[in-house]
Amino acid sequence: MTKTNRKKIKRYMEGEVAGLSIFLIVIVIAFSLASPKFLTGANLSSMAIQLPELGLLTLAMLIPILSGGLNLSITYTANMSGLALAWTLQAFGGPEAGVEAFILGCVLAFSVGALSGFVIGFVVAYTKAHPILVSLSMMILMRGIGEFMSHGKDITGFPQFVQNIGQGEIGGIPIPLLVFIACAIVWHIILSRTRQGFGTYMLGSNIMATAYSGISTKRNLIILYTLSGLMCSVAGIIMLSRFNSVRVGHGESFLLITVLACFLGAVNPFGGFGRVVPVVLALIILQVLTSGLNILGSNQHLSTALWGIFLIAVMVLRWAWWRFSIKIK
Amino acid sequence: MEKIFKTHPIEAWLLIIIIATSAVLSMLSVQYFTLVNAFDLLNSISINVIFAVGLLVVLISGGIDISFAVAASVIQYVAFYVLSYLGGGNWFIGIIVAGGLGVILGAINAGLIHYFRIISIVVTIATFNIFFGLLMFLTKGVYLYDLPDWWANRVIIFEHEMANGTWAELTLPAVIMFGAISATWFLITYTSIGRQIYAFGDNPEGARRIGINVVAVQFIAYGWMGMMAGIGGLMQAHFMQEIVPNALIGRELDVLAAVVLGGATLGGGRGTVMGCVLGVLLMAIIQNGLNLLGVTPFAFKAIVGVIILLAITLSNVSFVELRAYLRMKRGQ
Amino acid sequence: MIPVIQLSNISKTFGGVRALINIDFEVMPGEVHCLAGENGCGKSTLIKIISGVYTPDPGANFTLMGQEHKTLSPAQARRIGVGVIWQDHALFPEMSVAENIAIESFVGLKSKLVRHKNIKDVAQKVCERLGVSFDLDAQVKTLPIAQKQLIAICRVLVSDARIVFMDEPTASLTQSETKHLLDVVRTLTAENVAVVFVSHRLAEVLEIADRVTVLRDGKKVGVYDASEMTLAKLTEKMTGLTINPAVVGQNLTKNETVLEVKQISRTGEYKDISFSIARGEVVGITGLLGAGRTELALSLFGMTRPEQGQIYLDGKAVKFKSNLEAISSGVAYVSEDRLSLGLIQDQSIENNLISTVLDKTIVCGGLLSFKKKKAIVGHWIKELSVKLGSTSDAISTLSGGNQQKVAIAKWLATKPKLLILDAPTVGVDIGAREGIFKIVRDLASKGLSILLISDEVSEVYFNSNRVLHMSNGCIQKEYVPARCNISELEDAIYGKNI
Repeated sequence: MTKTNRKKIKRYMEGEVAGLSIFLIVIVIAFSLASPKFLTGANLSSMAIQLPELGLLTLAMLIPILSGGLNLSITYTANMSGLALAWTLQAFGGPEAGVEAFILGCVLAFSVGALSGFVIGFVVAYTKAHPILVSLSMMILMRGIGEFMSHGKDITGFPQFVQNIGQGEIGGIPIPLLVFIACAIVWHIILSRTRQGFGTYMLGSNIMATAYSGISTKRNLIILYTLSGLMCSVAGIIMLSRFNSVRVGHGESFLLITVLACFLGAVNPFGGFGRVVPVVLALIILQVLTSGLNILGSNQHLSTALWGIFLIAVMVLRWAWWRFSIKIK
Repeated sequence: MEKIFKTHPIEAWLLIIIIATSAVLSMLSVQYFTLVNAFDLLNSISINVIFAVGLLVVLISGGIDISFAVAASVIQYVAFYVLSYLGGGNWFIGIIVAGGLGVILGAINAGLIHYFRIISIVVTIATFNIFFGLLMFLTKGVYLYDLPDWWANRVIIFEHEMANGTWAELTLPAVIMFGAISATWFLITYTSIGRQIYAFGDNPEGARRIGINVVAVQFIAYGWMGMMAGIGGLMQAHFMQEIVPNALIGRELDVLAAVVLGGATLGGGRGTVMGCVLGVLLMAIIQNGLNLLGVTPFAFKAIVGVIILLAITLSNVSFVELRAYLRMKRGQ
Repeated sequence: MIPVIQLSNISKTFGGVRALINIDFEVMPGEVHCLAGENGCGKSTLIKIISGVYTPDPGANFTLMGQEHKTLSPAQARRIGVGVIWQDHALFPEMSVAENIAIESFVGLKSKLVRHKNIKDVAQKVCERLGVSFDLDAQVKTLPIAQKQLIAICRVLVSDARIVFMDEPTASLTQSETKHLLDVVRTLTAENVAVVFVSHRLAEVLEIADRVTVLRDGKKVGVYDASEMTLAKLTEKMTGLTINPAVVGQNLTKNETVLEVKQISRTGEYKDISFSIARGEVVGITGLLGAGRTELALSLFGMTRPEQGQIYLDGKAVKFKSNLEAISSGVAYVSEDRLSLGLIQDQSIENNLISTVLDKTIVCGGLLSFKKKKAIVGHWIKELSVKLGSTSDAISTLSGGNQQKVAIAKWLATKPKLLILDAPTVGVDIGAREGIFKIVRDLASKGLSILLISDEVSEVYFNSNRVLHMSNGCIQKEYVPARCNISELEDAIYGKNI
């Protein structure tokens, strides 16, 4: 990447929040004009329920991308965390299990997520293997263990209060959405205001120079993948409570969408640059596109295709803007 | 031998591990070291190898393609309709149509990557979603069972009856696999554009400066991948005797893991056809062995995962570094 | 004789910035012509125009090999016989030596197939012509940098270049390797190939060149016969400034010792090194590349561990497990490789500056404070008078000299006892170097101990209280600039005659 390129990238990263917000407003207006059903409470609350799953997984993907890597194991790590919780609940009587069982299960779920992330981080930090490969093998491993232990079946039958987490509301806002908002805020603070976040950006740009500056890059890598794993656990628990079941492979199709959402949210594919706010905006745009098209009578698959087209369109626009800004200079 | 370890360490290691694994397996299972099993193995890895050599070329050029498995599914459907429009077709027409459609889909990736300067992982994740979304939307997820006879019937190229009455059969996909291997090997070793693909993956800026045809490199790399995806898709439908829209989804990451196990890197400029084939073969042998040993299929993936994780970990810890580390420890 | 190239009225504008203004440039066959000037004076732009990478502004006249050209593409330039050895990105590390040399014979659509034997023949022939030898099957990445440089030269000769541009060819070569390279240049000129040399090592420029064209700020200052030039005159032409250096006179060895190194060794890197640095003292280490200077510095900084011997800091024995421990004990290291180790080029100036002292910006609750960050950054920018637009700009937007100031500032912020400066003027303009050394002297006078490493003998000579000459991993001798002549030191390093 040339010098001028970098300057350009920085400039339109700053304009990114504005650009994405304007686009969001435009499509919201377009869908409201196209269908009176779009701006109704029912649609808004269904959007609010659907967004968190993809959103939580995207947060899990975001930090590894900022560090110049990827975590391809997020969906299956979420599944495995869900399974850990499900088994604990079943061991304590399924629908009759108490709150203590749920808490124990969550602890186990978080342990599974943290362990998965820790192993990835450890291998990446100490062997310098490419994160795509390490997390890919972790994905295959998690999928394998999950399928082996669940034999590909759904696991269901949980206490009512667990379902309430996934389907309930507080003050009219669905609980999963509140969880997502809380997680996004935590992520924002970690990235912008902590040593860990600072180190993640730095090593995403140049890991050797970061190590020379006296930042422990190995520790940072291990922590960042562990954080990613923990966020997978949150996603796994929310998915369990929302569907009242766990199946290995659930949410599999989200994997590449999370990467797509990050790129859409102006995260630099090479690492080092990107923020939580534009990524959340990108997620909302994807959700609005899906719900809007759904109301207009289309299905999920068409929106999947449109997400892809949308990503290409945004990248082409960024390219055109870059070309244009060279010309006028 | 020592020279091979120096010039092609990964291939040499893979070969040793494959021989060692085979030796253990043939001791544990009498069925392992038989012609029947060897041919079964070749038949079963053929589709992944066809995909893998295509992906290899893209990786050498310094790119990555996530979309090829979904592209193969798209091609299966489109080829089905094109061939029935052409009145049924035959193997020759089938391969031309599937390969040609693949080249077109590959060219879409290459065009976006080259003309709009978008990096390959972004482009192919986008086209992955576009291909898959449109495929499911337009086909509504229907399965196709009524393939033309030539397509659905098994073609046995070579067969041999064993003493115990079972048949060792080598089928068409295996032969096509050998074709794909040789063609790719020829492309990247002996053609000028093939060497340019290496050079471009190795050092893009330097390649531009000496006047390498960057457009040709991109289009041929992704076009080759697309062609292999098309042919692999054709073979997969032949193997399963049906077309299922989501049958291949997820295959991209398995193939990627195998190719990288074989020594290609995500940075470009590295990788050999030999390593790539050995990578796929090793993974297949492990699955095959577990199968023969009566391990439940549900455990296969977990074991394969552990092996890849170990392989990646170990292959990145070189012995030179290890020795230096131990020396350093002693020096303390 | 007809000039190989004759350019007149060459200008180049990049979005309003005039990089080159009405340049005339002429090179005769068999001549060694030097293109001199500070970084950013337009040298590289000129080379890129001649090799067809850039198109000049309208009105330019090209006469190459006696033929006039309106426009020039890279392929055309190569066909005519213009060969360029770029400073970076020249080779293909994963490919074989033979392929690297002969790559142009299979690029382009002349041949569709590659005959590996042909390639080796082509490569072999060029190597013989230059009098060099390689293992043609070896991968380029396994070779030392000097050999890579020669491979790049071989490649240019494959396509029968009549004029060869060498952009900083000796930047990473040791003196004996440089000598070999200069021999190669002489072989070329004997064959009537013109060589255009771009180098910041002025001494070597004057030794090899017939004529020198000096550029400053995109304008041509003039063309001079090398025999009439002296180092001082050339420097003056390049910078427009006159610099009169004086040595540092004080003897500070009686101050309390800050760093003491006793007989440390590390296999293959350095052997039996002993020296000490007192408070406020600048100790220079010089020697050829590969003498073990940087390796020694890395051990003092905790990146590697000496296998034998002992390091004392303020009288206490220290054994650093990592550079983190070294930093917290008060050692700071400004790397020789600013691009990939010293600074994080993509990131902002403020983030680079703060990266060593992040803990100082943490307020209660463990969160970073933007206010404190701004205060620290502001303080150091002012202290070292770094010229910049905004502290949130990428560090890569700064000039070499200002980047180096930030690289020093980020270590000064850690309040070190010992500052190791490794080749602090690499990629810094001559005019800006004095600014860096002024900072060094100021710091020393405030009591900081400095270890100054450089292969530019004059830099250590004029800025150190004591100079250590290092070669083959050992310290050979100690010199005190106040009591010896610079030529004594130079002779010791380079041998009597270059």
